[in-house]
Amino acid sequence: MNTAMMKNPKSIVENFDLYAPKLVSKEEFFVGGHRACQGCGESLAIRLMCKALGKDTVITNATGCMEVISSLYPTTAWNLPWIHVAFPNAAAVGSGVEAGLTALRRKGKIADRRIKSVAIGGDGGTMDIGFQALSGAMERGHDMLYVCFDNEAYMNTGIQRSSGTPFLASTTTAPAGKKIPGNQVWKKNLAEIMVSHNLPYVATATPSYPIDFMNKVKKARRVKGPSYIHCFVTCPTGWRSTSETCIKLGRLALETGIFPIYEVENGVYKLTVEIPEKRRPVEDYLKLQGRFRHLTPDQIKVIQARVDLEFKKLMNKVEHSVSWV
Amino acid sequence: MGKRVGMEVAIASAEAAALCKFDVAAVYPITPQSHVAEHLSDIVNDGRVDASFITVESEHSALSAAIGAAGTGARVVTATSSQGLIYMSEVLPIASAMRLPIVMLIANRAISGPINIWNDHSDIMPMRDTGWISFFAENGQEVVDMTIQAFKVGEDRRVMLPVNMNMDGFQLTHMVEPIIMPDQEEVDRFLPPYVPYAALHPDNIVSMGTLGLPEIYAEAQKSKDVALVNSIKVVKEVWKEWEKQFGRKYETIQSYRTEDADVALVTMGSMGETAEIAVDELRKQGVKAGLLKIKLWRPFPFDDLKKAVQGIRVLAVTDRAISFGGPGGPVCSEIRSALYDEPKRPEIVNFIIGLGGRDVQVENFMDIVRRAAKGKLSEPYEIYGVRG
Repeated sequence: MNTAMMKNPKSIVENFDLYAPKLVSKEEFFVGGHRACQGCGESLAIRLMCKALGKDTVITNATGCMEVISSLYPTTAWNLPWIHVAFPNAAAVGSGVEAGLTALRRKGKIADRRIKSVAIGGDGGTMDIGFQALSGAMERGHDMLYVCFDNEAYMNTGIQRSSGTPFLASTTTAPAGKKIPGNQVWKKNLAEIMVSHNLPYVATATPSYPIDFMNKVKKARRVKGPSYIHCFVTCPTGWRSTSETCIKLGRLALETGIFPIYEVENGVYKLTVEIPEKRRPVEDYLKLQGRFRHLTPDQIKVIQARVDLEFKKLMNKVEHSVSWV
Repeated sequence: MGKRVGMEVAIASAEAAALCKFDVAAVYPITPQSHVAEHLSDIVNDGRVDASFITVESEHSALSAAIGAAGTGARVVTATSSQGLIYMSEVLPIASAMRLPIVMLIANRAISGPINIWNDHSDIMPMRDTGWISFFAENGQEVVDMTIQAFKVGEDRRVMLPVNMNMDGFQLTHMVEPIIMPDQEEVDRFLPPYVPYAALHPDNIVSMGTLGLPEIYAEAQKSKDVALVNSIKVVKEVWKEWEKQFGRKYETIQSYRTEDADVALVTMGSMGETAEIAVDELRKQGVKAGLLKIKLWRPFPFDDLKKAVQGIRVLAVTDRAISFGGPGGPVCSEIRSALYDEPKRPEIVNFIIGLGGRDVQVENFMDIVRRAAKGKLSEPYEIYGVRG
């Protein structure tokens, strides 16, 4: 502890986020030796998520990068019980895990303690092909957490466009062509759709704010029922960005308002990481990524206007939402 | 002792699963399986079995949830039909590869299009190669017995494979039949509690469903094939045990009046009973007819078939599905290849019958036998009684 802090102990609280990492468990449940790319935001987020979840967890993993890089038979990076079945069904499998554990516990066939079922998937596996299974699992009210790791395209198959891909981003199936400049529609807001499922807890997060993310995972874990976290993760390979900007891009996404970090607890919206009053221009975020390299100043203006509008909509909810409990 | 009851067969199949005290049921409703789904949920919601019933939003999720639950070590039942089975097809081979002994009750129904809710085997046939054990029941009693047997076979440590129990939609599922329903004590004695080989639990960490590179994929496939091929021993063992305890005999291929038969019909499923009547009628008329009924479709009982066809001059194989642009019906194609290397083999003719619920009567089977007695058809296979 430095002398300035000794003189003013209050600043420890103020600088909690600076010191909090020291309080994080050293135990690893998603261990090294896996084959993720350099600067992969998703594998980092999973490591943090597992630390926050702790031992009494079963992970269901949708097909995608994370399953590929972590489970090359006969190796595994998972120091937690883990199951992978297919691409579209992580939520359904996770709901079965929950039902199985609940029944076996009730019948005295396994130890009498709560084990949380947690299903994870990428944006394609969650927002597109896994959307129905997710909606079903959340609607049925299973005691489970679903975490979507959104890197905004089908990165595992080679950067194809998903419904998580941002407007005008260049992907291999919605490329910046001579006539059509990239993805032509706006990103689907899945967190909002999950709020509409009346979930007790929905949050957005990024590993660029690790303590915030881990706190949300812990909170979601405590919910006795369905909860959902939408975790925004950098993909240097797909975003055509440098590996060392992994954390920076997550922060810029927040500071520009492109990806605000908030939680919705029983209907109450709350920003959990402060967004500067004067938000940075979206260009600061866009210019670091090759997928936006083709954008013209006019196109950037269109994106800025939409980000401003979405931010206003969110702030309106933050200011006016009331608890339903 | 079991009690003789009059019961709708679909309901009886759910009752049989209840006697096996399943832990989880994950079922999506589809005609003609819906009474199974409804009755399983009645059983759970009335507290007759302590289980979780997952009202999944699709068949894909039904089998996915079943896999998740079976992964935790639960005894799991699911049920489906037709399009629902096809919709599950992505997940079917994964369940067997993960060696999870899920039991699936299938109310066999034609697949679309045109859309048709009635009975044939065109749903299960495309799923033939997914690595499941496949039973085919002929009547309500077999549905009940085979449902209970399915858990015992699948959960055997030497097997550890999912089992599907096929019952003809409507023709079986919606019939009220006299059935001897075993009592709980008898089933408890027959079926021990399920002890999983591995389960998703933090006290013993496992990774299930890992990535297999080319260096290991072929070995994984071979191990599944070996497990399925070898499971026939356990099926027969379990059937012997069943016969000893319950007095009802089960065989992979059941012969009916074939001792001196000249022409034998081959059926699978509920049409066996109609074919029996046809054989009896033909015998009265002096025609040496017989019948072979296939009860185990996967693993296919090659050796038993070879024994069963001894002395038969012509086999009239009936199929309830078409392999489009292929050799005819899948059952006949299997039988032809099974007997190809035999030094002395019967002549084989193939009739595809009863598609999409088309009625097949005693007279039809009699006609098939008479025509088969003449030997080769003008075509490799005939879609029987079809117009145009």
